[in-house]
Amino acid sequence: MAWIAEIVFGLLTLGAFFLFGKNLLAIRKNILLGKPADLAGNKAARWKNVALLAFGQKKMFSNPLVAILHLFVYVGFIIINIELLEIIVDGLTGSHRIFEPYLGTCYPLLINSFEILAGLVLFAVIVFLIRRNVLTIKRLISKDLNGWPRSDANIILIIEVVLMSLFLTMNAADPEAHYILSSHIKPLLNGLSESQLSTIEHCAWWLHIMGIYAFMNYLPYSKHLHIILAFPNAYYAALEPKGKMHNMESVQKEVLYAMQPELAPTDAAAPDKFGAKDVMDLSWKNLMDAYSCTECGRCSAACPANMTGKLLSPRAIMMKTRDRLESVGKQIQQNGEWKEDGKSLLHDYISVEELRACTTCNACVEECPVSISPLDIIVELRRSLVMEESNAPAEWNGMFSNIENNFAPWKFSPDDRDAWTNQA
Amino acid sequence: MKVATMAEFLAAGKKPEVLFWVGCAGSFDQRAQKITKAFATILEKAGVEYAILGKEEACTGDPARRAGNEFMFQMMAYQNIQVLNGYEIKKIVTTCPHCFNTLKNEYPALGGNYDVIHHTTFLQELIEQGKIQFTDSNEWKGKSIAYHDSCYLGRANDIYEAPRKVLESLDMELREMKRCKSKGLCCGAGGAQMFKEEEKGDKRINTERADEAIETKASMVASACPFCNTMMTDGIKNRNEEVKMDVLDIAEIVAQAIK
Repeated sequence: MAWIAEIVFGLLTLGAFFLFGKNLLAIRKNILLGKPADLAGNKAARWKNVALLAFGQKKMFSNPLVAILHLFVYVGFIIINIELLEIIVDGLTGSHRIFEPYLGTCYPLLINSFEILAGLVLFAVIVFLIRRNVLTIKRLISKDLNGWPRSDANIILIIEVVLMSLFLTMNAADPEAHYILSSHIKPLLNGLSESQLSTIEHCAWWLHIMGIYAFMNYLPYSKHLHIILAFPNAYYAALEPKGKMHNMESVQKEVLYAMQPELAPTDAAAPDKFGAKDVMDLSWKNLMDAYSCTECGRCSAACPANMTGKLLSPRAIMMKTRDRLESVGKQIQQNGEWKEDGKSLLHDYISVEELRACTTCNACVEECPVSISPLDIIVELRRSLVMEESNAPAEWNGMFSNIENNFAPWKFSPDDRDAWTNQA
Repeated sequence: MKVATMAEFLAAGKKPEVLFWVGCAGSFDQRAQKITKAFATILEKAGVEYAILGKEEACTGDPARRAGNEFMFQMMAYQNIQVLNGYEIKKIVTTCPHCFNTLKNEYPALGGNYDVIHHTTFLQELIEQGKIQFTDSNEWKGKSIAYHDSCYLGRANDIYEAPRKVLESLDMELREMKRCKSKGLCCGAGGAQMFKEEEKGDKRINTERADEAIETKASMVASACPFCNTMMTDGIKNRNEEVKMDVLDIAEIVAQAIK
């Protein structure tokens, strides 16, 4: 009857990967609701960004202590996955540590390094739990995280504690295994019979692998998705100077035709809208940014508006964009197509006051460890506000009319533009 | 002072080395006019043949674009590009990081391609080439100074060193604020904030930045942007530190020490 376990394991593995794949495709579909953005060129520079920003976590290292702890978790996550391979093969074939005979003396070396990593992950994750729940670090206690986001962060950390503990328990309960960390747990299991130990080992083994499958399927609902999307997001990061705003070709055409009507094609259709009112009006990169956000809040901590008590928080801009996108995606999934739901990203999720507070200083863009640009979204929403709704503060309307009539944002006569040359 | 316009150069059948893009603040704002005049004086003393557009210059459209008014931005951009291309302008120097960013990064998409340089980089080059020389008794020697990074020069265009090198060449003692270079804190003027009241909050951004400048205990603050200059001056004034800390543009500092 031993094969029953293997079949159950096989089915659960298949199910876990199927569900995960399905959810990832749904996210991909949501991201592709965004407008096209040409981000294909200059592959060399893009791969360099993947190496430096995603693999190398360059931005994290502006705070080296936190960066190293994060690196423990990240390296631990990647390397312990090699062990997962053995666990899955063992599960499918009913073998026990199938790689051991093939790897010879390398095997204990490998498992020992996994155990050390597991220990480092445990240490780092506990420090992170303390940082989030005991210390008062402004970006981590911020009201941006009230409710689900705060629980999400803690759930991730607790799952990691549980998974690492199970991994070490599994090794400790294996009478044949003598590895660097788990051997220190063995004394706790003293006095247990061989069959009891075997039960503990089996339970830990099953809970560990099932925990990993569950965690994998938790990713699409969590901020932890950054472990996947940080890589494509680094690849597609903007390569141009940060100060450059992207050109609106739709407007360019209109302006050109207004200035040189003879060039206007007779059949030119006016664009349906200017700027972004809802998530579908943003680019797919903006939407991938939203899914890549791990809500760390480095952007908001560096934001001049946020640190002086304004309503704007670049992190909240990203979180709200994702919330809106998920609700749009869900509706499309249910109805087969998009039907107006009377809501939009602008106004219902992100308020005018938030948008108005931005100084376009790029501090948020500079800070983001996973190459997100909250500024891009803010500016697109501002474009919609001004060009679609004529919604601007009175001072801005004054500035616009000064530029239009006096060619300067202030009300001076254009004739006085060179008046300074006549002053002493 | 006598400053030739492009039209005058054209009439004389000549072309200047460089066009000095003065910008709206530099043209109209009383405080910024001093920066403009200081820079023009330097150009003259360094023997740089330059011209301005004079009455033909217009707002680059930067504040309109950042506020969301793309139509107005493009109208202004096309108008300026027509003028610039009409004069076959190749090289532009400007004392305003916002104009610099727009001319350099945003005009090419609309057909305006120029070699655009910010005045701090230009000054650094002139000093390196020996075209600017300082008096032996340069009054700034040894004075402590905190340089405030303009977002549109720094993060937006990765220019952090040029302004600092200019100050160092004057033997000034450079002090860094808590947040500097790529982590520099905005003065609060960018994104068209200069032209409206700040949103409600618990502190003004320029006060926050002024506090950081005051913390360095430097004797003065250097700016490289007319808007930063206004914001920092006001911020420091709010803290009643105006007597202790002057805010001067890099060009003004250089102009006072030049031979």
